[in-house]
Amino acid sequence: MLEVRHLSKTFGGLKAVSDVSLDVQEGSIIGLLGPNGAGKTTCFTMIAGFTKADSGQVRFAGREITGLSPHKICRLGMIRTFQIVQPFAGLTVQENIAVGAYLHHHQRKEAMAVARDIGKRLGLGGLLDRPAASLTIAGRKRLELARALATGAKLLLLDEVMAGLIPSEINEIVDIIRQIQSDGHTILLIEHVMQAVMKLAETAYVLNQGRLIAHGTPQQLVSDPSVVEAYLGHGAAARLQEGQHA
Amino acid sequence: MRFQSLGQYGLVLFALVYLAGVYFVSSPVWMGFTINALIVALAALSWNITGGFGGLSSFGHAALYGTGAYASAILQVKYGFNAWIGFGAGIAAGAAMGALIGGLAFRYGLKGSYFALVTLAFAEVLRICASSFEWTGGGSGLQLKLMPGIAQLQIVDRPWVYTGLLVVVAVVMLLTALIQKSRFGAYLIAIRENEDAAEALGINTYQIKVQAMAISGAFGGLAGVLYLQLWLFIDSTVVYGSAVSVEALIGPIIGGAGTVWGPLLGTLGLHLLGEGTKHLLPNSPGLNFVLYAVVLICALRFLPQGLVGFAARIGVLRKKDQDDA
Repeated sequence: MLEVRHLSKTFGGLKAVSDVSLDVQEGSIIGLLGPNGAGKTTCFTMIAGFTKADSGQVRFAGREITGLSPHKICRLGMIRTFQIVQPFAGLTVQENIAVGAYLHHHQRKEAMAVARDIGKRLGLGGLLDRPAASLTIAGRKRLELARALATGAKLLLLDEVMAGLIPSEINEIVDIIRQIQSDGHTILLIEHVMQAVMKLAETAYVLNQGRLIAHGTPQQLVSDPSVVEAYLGHGAAARLQEGQHA
Repeated sequence: MRFQSLGQYGLVLFALVYLAGVYFVSSPVWMGFTINALIVALAALSWNITGGFGGLSSFGHAALYGTGAYASAILQVKYGFNAWIGFGAGIAAGAAMGALIGGLAFRYGLKGSYFALVTLAFAEVLRICASSFEWTGGGSGLQLKLMPGIAQLQIVDRPWVYTGLLVVVAVVMLLTALIQKSRFGAYLIAIRENEDAAEALGINTYQIKVQAMAISGAFGGLAGVLYLQLWLFIDSTVVYGSAVSVEALIGPIIGGAGTVWGPLLGTLGLHLLGEGTKHLLPNSPGLNFVLYAVVLICALRFLPQGLVGFAARIGVLRKKDQDDA
């Protein structure tokens, strides 16, 4: 469904992303992992059209979308969420979701009805009339998801939807993401919370310093020495191994 | 449009009683003063579309107002067209000027104070141009020939002028309410609240912002044309001067930006206050502007949501259980 080929981006002298290629199959949940500053969000902004890639191609649903603006990409059915949630603070929860729903429902009545349904499905039913600014972090993350779903997008790029949540909230959002997948959506997710990725993702890519260093099932990745070193530092894998044998 | 509180009902009722009361005051001063306030209210309603709903704070709405007035005046004075054609052309010219300014400013991603500065620059450049060329009447301005009658949109009878303006203001407010409840309005508000998120949700933010400037331009052009038809004379300072830009934005900010009633209420309130000081202190012309400044500062400090937002908190009505409240 999504094919990314040889994507690169340089900021000044820093190679933020270099030669990244990845595939997302329809109906799957794919993870994109990596330590802070690895280039995950930069990858997302390029795929979703927010920044221009220096080189490389992005194809979505069989169509070349490299260089298209974000609103056009959204119309084609791919949407990103933001790591730092971006609610329309002055609007109510339902109005926030309706902004997404207006993409394919031009009448206010329909858009508000769609917004209410999606809000209820994501556990925001009791908060629909509240201003978005009054939501907790967990609520805002759900709102971010709800708005994205309301556009009718098929592929969701979720940027750290679990960051800053407590474990019980993470479990709830994991269930919601599973639910979204079983409704027929495809998900590419950036995540720090390994426990959540292990539960959700079928396969995952690992980025470090802008390069892809590994690809496999989450179980394969946690035992991959290069992945462990990316997170814990050079030589960590060897020390862990020794620790286990000793 | 539905009000959320008794305070808002009270505020609107007060305005309506005042507007109706003008018919019964025998002194022509009140009606003349309110007629001026209504034309300024139209400019304020124009600013409200971009500045209120879209968060695109223009400091140069005189560019739209003046372009409307000049387009109509040039057609009538230089080419002998009928005033009604000038009326339509003025609205169209205002919309075109809005689209042009918006198209250029947003093309280069200008926001906030940069957008305000660019709009101010446009208004000032237009003012200087209008005072420099013979085609626009140069420094002496343009004077319409006196041809009383509805055929040339020159109405002499003050109560009819007043009634006509009330109707126009009501129509523009109705259009504002329709915009507020439409998809376009929701997109415009989304852009004000968070432009990146709006773009991510499939909104062509550039197109929406330029359209908003065009609509605002049409309203602003309308205000300019009506000013021309009322006074039959314009020059560059009167219609392109920064006083117009300031008056267009101060009313909505004090009344409540991004609301249907705010621009009218704010403008009426300010003009009443200004007129009051003129009568209390008759020997200090211009003091009303000092008062405007004081009121603006107080409003920004104590009424960040304007009069309408403040009134919303007085006597809140229980929300009915409806989707669309």
